[in-house]
Parts: sequence; C-alpha cells; structure tokens
Amino acid sequence: MGRKLLLDKAHIENIRLYDVYRREGGYRSVEKALKSMSPDQVTEEVKKSGLRGRGGAGFPTGMKWSFLAKPEGVPRYLVVNADESEPGTFKDRYLMEFIPHLLIEGMITSSYALGSSRSYIYIRGEYAWIVDILEQAIAEAKNNGWLGKNILGSGFDCEIYVHPGAGAYICGEETALLESLEGKRGNPRIKPPFPAVKGLWDCPTVVNNVETIAAVVPIVNEGGEEYAKIGIGKSTGTKLISSCGNIKKPGVYEIDMTISVEEFIYSDEYCGGIPKGKRLKACIPGGSSVPILPANLLLKTAKGETRMMTYESLADGGFATGSMMGSGGFIVLDETQCVVRHTYTLARFYRHESCGQCSPCREGTGWMEKILLNIENGKGKMTDVDLLWDIQRKIEGNTICPLGDAAAWPVAAAIRHFRDEFEWHILNPEECLRRNYGLANYGSVPAKV
Amino acid sequence: MAEAPKLFKVTIDNITIEVPPGTSILNAARMIGGDVTPPAMCYYSKLQGSGGKCRTCLVEVAAGSTADPRPMPKLVASCRTNVMDGMVVKNITSERVTDARNGVVEFLLINHPLDCPICDQAGECHLQDLGYDHGKESTRYEFSRRTFDREDIGPYIQLHMTRCILCYRCTYVADQLTDNRVHGILDRGDHAEISTYISKAIENDFSGNMIDVCPVGALTDRTFRFKNRVWFTKPVDAHRDCPTCCGKVTLWNRGDEVLRVTVRKDPWGEVQSYDGKPGWICNTCRFDKKKLSDWVIEGPTKIARHSVMGANHYINAKRPLETISEVMGGRHPRVLMDIHKVSDVNQPEVMLSELPGPATGDTFNGQKLEYSTNITDGKIGSPSNEEGTDSTNPNTP
Repeated sequence: MGRKLLLDKAHIENIRLYDVYRREGGYRSVEKALKSMSPDQVTEEVKKSGLRGRGGAGFPTGMKWSFLAKPEGVPRYLVVNADESEPGTFKDRYLMEFIPHLLIEGMITSSYALGSSRSYIYIRGEYAWIVDILEQAIAEAKNNGWLGKNILGSGFDCEIYVHPGAGAYICGEETALLESLEGKRGNPRIKPPFPAVKGLWDCPTVVNNVETIAAVVPIVNEGGEEYAKIGIGKSTGTKLISSCGNIKKPGVYEIDMTISVEEFIYSDEYCGGIPKGKRLKACIPGGSSVPILPANLLLKTAKGETRMMTYESLADGGFATGSMMGSGGFIVLDETQCVVRHTYTLARFYRHESCGQCSPCREGTGWMEKILLNIENGKGKMTDVDLLWDIQRKIEGNTICPLGDAAAWPVAAAIRHFRDEFEWHILNPEECLRRNYGLANYGSVPAKV
Repeated sequence: MAEAPKLFKVTIDNITIEVPPGTSILNAARMIGGDVTPPAMCYYSKLQGSGGKCRTCLVEVAAGSTADPRPMPKLVASCRTNVMDGMVVKNITSERVTDARNGVVEFLLINHPLDCPICDQAGECHLQDLGYDHGKESTRYEFSRRTFDREDIGPYIQLHMTRCILCYRCTYVADQLTDNRVHGILDRGDHAEISTYISKAIENDFSGNMIDVCPVGALTDRTFRFKNRVWFTKPVDAHRDCPTCCGKVTLWNRGDEVLRVTVRKDPWGEVQSYDGKPGWICNTCRFDKKKLSDWVIEGPTKIARHSVMGANHYINAKRPLETISEVMGGRHPRVLMDIHKVSDVNQPEVMLSELPGPATGDTFNGQKLEYSTNITDGKIGSPSNEEGTDSTNPNTP
C-alpha cells in the first residue's frame, strides 16, 4: 500500500552484490549527480525534499548541509552515524545488512554535494559482520570505478572508510562519535563549536544517520519535489520503523508517513496487532529515550485527533501528552507488561551508558536506577516518586549532550502517565513481586480494532 | 597587539561590564567579582580545554546579543560560553539557575564520602565551600556510596578516588605540563575512575601540580598527609631561585617547620600568573625543600577566597541578629565558659534532677519546662534562646 523507496528492492536475491544492485538500477543517482548537477544543486534538491534527519532529532538535512562551513584549503568530511545503539532501534542494521550498496551510493552522492573526499562510516562494534558486508560493498564499488580518484571523469575524488566503534551508546552522539573516530575517549564535546564548523580533526563535518544518507538516493533520482509529495506536512518521504515488543510481526517496516499509529499497530501489513488477544497498554514510538505513551494518548492526541505516524503528530501535545518520532524504534507493551520494571530497565541502560563526564548525568542516572530498583522490588516509599521526578528534572537540559535528556525523559513520562502504577508498587510490596498492575484505567482500547 | 578595537558589553545580574571579545561569561563575571561569579569546579583558566563538565557554573542567558536578542533555551555552562555584544546573563537573579545549581551540588555530593573531618583538603576544599553555599542540610540519597581503594601513585601523591568528582583537571595538567600522561579516566559513567595504567607511578617533575588543581581531596600530598589541619598552619609567600620553575610558592608553616609547599593561588583558587604565565612549581620545590632556610620569605599570604581558611564564615550562613551579650543581658560571654562559677551543679541548694537539660526537657537546652525560669533566674544564661546554638557558638563573631 504505502510507497517504498529504500527497501523496495531489499528482498531481491543477492542484492548485496554489486552486479545485482547495478542491474536493478543502482548508482543512477551518482551518475545523475556527478554528470549533470553541481554540488549546490544536489544540496538544493535535498532542501526541496524536506528530508529530516532520521537519527532522532529530525533536523532538516538540507539545512544542516547548508550550514557546513566551507573555508578554503580545509578538507570537509561526511561521517555516517551507524552507531545504532538505541534500545528498540534496528532499522539501520537491516538497511546495511540487506542493501549495503544503497548506503554507499548515498554516501558518494552526499560526499559530492558536501565536497568530502574522505567519508567515514562509524559503525557500532557489535555489528561486526556488517563491517564485512560494507567493506565488501566498498571494494566492489571501488573496482567498478564508483570510488577512488576522478570518479566518472568528473574530477571528484572520494574514499569511504568503515570504522567500528567499541560498544558505547554514547558514541552515537555526534561529537562523541567524532572524538572516538579520532581515536580518543568517546566523550561528547561541548557545543558550540558545532561539527559543521569544527568537527572531525577540527574540520567542517556533517554527521548524518544511515537512513538519511540512503534517502538521498531516491531524492536525487526522482527529484526533491517529487519526494516531498510523499507524507504529510513537514514529514516528507518514507521512514523506516523498527517495531518490537508485544506485536505479532516484529520487524523493520518502511512507512510513507501517511498512516495512523492505530493502523501501524493493528494492520496486517505492518505489526499485525497484539498476540493472544491481549490489549494495548503503552507504547514507546521512537526508541527508548522518547517518552512512553499510554494507549489512550497513543491512538488519539489530547485534542481528540487521530495520531499519525509523522514527526508532528507524534510530538503533538509536547511532552505532556505527546512523544517523539525519534529514531523509529517502536516498542509496544501489552497489558501484561509492568511499566515500573520497564522504566527500571531503561534507567539501568542509561546509567551503564552515561559517559561520566558531566555530573548531573553521571550521578543522576545511577541514583534513578537505584530508586527504581527499590520500587520494583517493593521496597519503595511514597516520597520516592516525587524524588524521581525531581532528579529527572534536574538532569534534563543541564547536561553537555542529549544523553542526560534521554535518560530523564522515559522516567518523566512513566511517572507522568503511570503514576498510579508506581504508587501501587509502593503500597503493595508483596503483590507487586507476584503479579503485574495490568491496565487499570488506560485500558479503554479494544483488543482488535 | 594594539588597543582592542571593540569591547563587548555584557550585563550579568544587572551589572554591565565591557570585556574583550572571546571572553567567557565566567571570566567576565570574575572581572565583576563578588556574588555574581558562578562557582566553578572543573574549569581552570590556566588549563586549556578544561571546563563544561561539572555544570555548577550554569547560567541563564536572557538575551543572546544585541543583534540576536533571543534568550537561549537551555542554561549554558558559563565557563565555555563566550560573551556576545549586548548579552544579558542571569546568575543569582535567576531561580532556574539557583535550582539547577542546587541540583548539581546534590549530585556531586551523593557519592562523595563527606569525610571532611579526616580529609587533608578540608578548609580549602572547593566542594566544601560549594556545599555550604548551595547544598542541602541533609541528603535524600539512601544508598551506599561508591567507594574505591586508596592508591599511591608515585612517591608523592596519593589518590583517594572515593572523593573524586571527575573534573578531569589533573589529566589536563598531565597533558599540558608534563611530557607524558600516565593516568587517565578508566571506565565510564558513575563507575568511572581516575587511575594509572596498571598502577604505574606518576613521576614527572611537574606532576605535583595535580594536587593543587584538584578541587577536592582526591589527590593529596603524601608528604603532608595528616600532618596538620590547614587552618592551623600559617601561610607565607616565599620564593627561591629554581632552575626548573618560577620558584614562587606559598609555604604552610607551623612554627619554624615547613609542613607543605604549594603554588600561590588567586582569588578563584587557581594558580597565580606571572607575566602571563601560570606559576606552576616543580616537584623539587614542592616536596624536597621543606626547610625555612631554603626559602626567602616575602610575607604572610592573603587568602582572598571565601573559604574556611579565608573568612571562617559563609555568604549564606545566617548570622544571629543579636549578639551574645545582648542575649545574656549585658553580661560578658566569658562567664558562660566558666563552669565553676555559673553552673548549677556547684550549687547545693538545687536539686540536680530538676536541672533543665536533655534529661528533663524537650530540647537539649531543657526548654518548655515550667520551673526552668525559677532555677536559672540570674544564675545561668537564659536557655530560651530562639537562635539555638548559633549565638552560643564561640566561633561566631
């Protein structure tokens, strides 16, 4: 039903290989860009397309590219952020694993637009086998003249290097990624200066998500305006959603951002509903760090409109009654899940992954984890809920990088929407170890729509 | 360089100052001085790249600049944000800042052992000052604190990681002052620690400066450990002709004995600069020259920082409104101390069991007892002092 631009050819046999990929129309965008367009024209197309960063923040990519400083005699770099470590997000993995040449093609075109003759893929260390897949794709592209010196006689040189990380979530933050790529400890830098001015080795750098760079291929092939026609409002194009949790068909889906959340969860084309006839309790629509939403707020916004799978609609209502598109890690919780346990799991993750550089995040994440563990184990006190709220409030916005916010938001949202469940845990210390709270008053949603 | 062509006007807490371009908000506030200066635990102006980590210096930027007067949405670290022309900054006038700063101090203290009574840094500890100014009187943290084993790194320095607040200053010292850094941050998050690679010794000639930059008692001078409390020592400025360093130091003496040698510090607790160069000292001056005859004494050191050493009271500490002699009805406070003259214990006509005190009263002073006035009338000081122990504290002026 929905249009597919990135994964439409992902299931063709051996699409991983260059010959098959080329036969299916691969590398057309490189030909088009290098032969008939100037770098600025490519950037202009990306601007027209309204493509927004797919890594989480949703910043317009064309605008990011146009911010890149272009001083004379200084190299510029394109770095692709493949350090996909957000719990619940695995879309980039799918893309790189099945159709690696799409990323390479997008990188060559983007490097041309940005004037980067050395581009990097920073991939998370756990994706070790994907490193091999990418290396092979790069070698094939190079053998066929798509990389190296003077590509297609245009005078443009480009090399792509793959750099595996060492297993740190924080290295997905763009400045920490650059530090790590330079061979240092992956601590986020203090901004400003932004990477567009001083990035990799103090040179202007653009850091983009894998999916963003892959989306440049259809944009150049079909034109930015054509791409912008897909989707609603400022959410243009297609988005990969990796869905998991209590759904019948977990996996990576490409949606064209015109469908509703309800359709995405219950339609057989996508998640296929919740197994065993259970009811929807809550959902994290964009990767573990975005606020959790209870079922009633997930399917309808506070204003009563249908919530759509778009950047704007998911964020409708702000953090009070909305959430975020984030990186597209769609985690569904059914009525048997415990929100307290879930929040504790996330808090434990963020505590473990905090880089320890700035104090609110370093100390606050550990503190929140301990309190949540107490509540989960029936040892909590009523004041703990307010204390948690106060801690998250003091972390959020006061840290160097967004990891502090990412650690604070899930806790804040869980308390905001599921406060009674926390209180039930505290008031029923024995019972909370034996059974889950269930739905209580969020269960106004039928099992099957 | 000729005269700077243009100075930036910046307003901090309604005080306007003109500073050269490229000055950070924190340094501009230090030029004004006083209460508007945000505290800084990790920033050290003489160490390149330091700052931005501890988040105690967060300020609110109410207007970015004259050209772009929009406020900044988040609080910014004043040590790493440069001023713009026409910038309006709120520090102590902003409730958001005070709230965030109190939060940061609480975070810094939850895993700090608070072992000030046995810590050599006590009295000149930045965290102690910060705690007095912004901390809560009690903690909301109910879990066991993070601890590490003490570690001797080299013959002169002891690392007490439990006290560390991970300001990274000592790593910058090693990077920028010595030729080879052999210590650094291991691990991450709240289990991160400063250590050397497989307990290697830190032996560089300028490594002792790490002790001076450490804002807490994590790095201490092994030659001074448990020798004395800093407030009992007498600091004097001294110098010697040193071939490796500037030789300008502060000696901390007790009598004729030199207990320790440190760099001279400016009002912000940082090393003083001479002709634009920071006056770091070498390990020979610091650890080996412990005789008065090694040094030329210049005079007593003035401690400008508000600290236990400097003033013995704190900005936010409440002073009692009335003096002790007012409370005492004009009598000299000294009589309070002479237990033989004033105590009821020595008066045989009084029943000991009726004495106001913790055993019989609701409070330590034995308040709320009906007969207390009868007994104490004209004999000892009125126990119904509303200010509590403050006014009877002999340390209070």
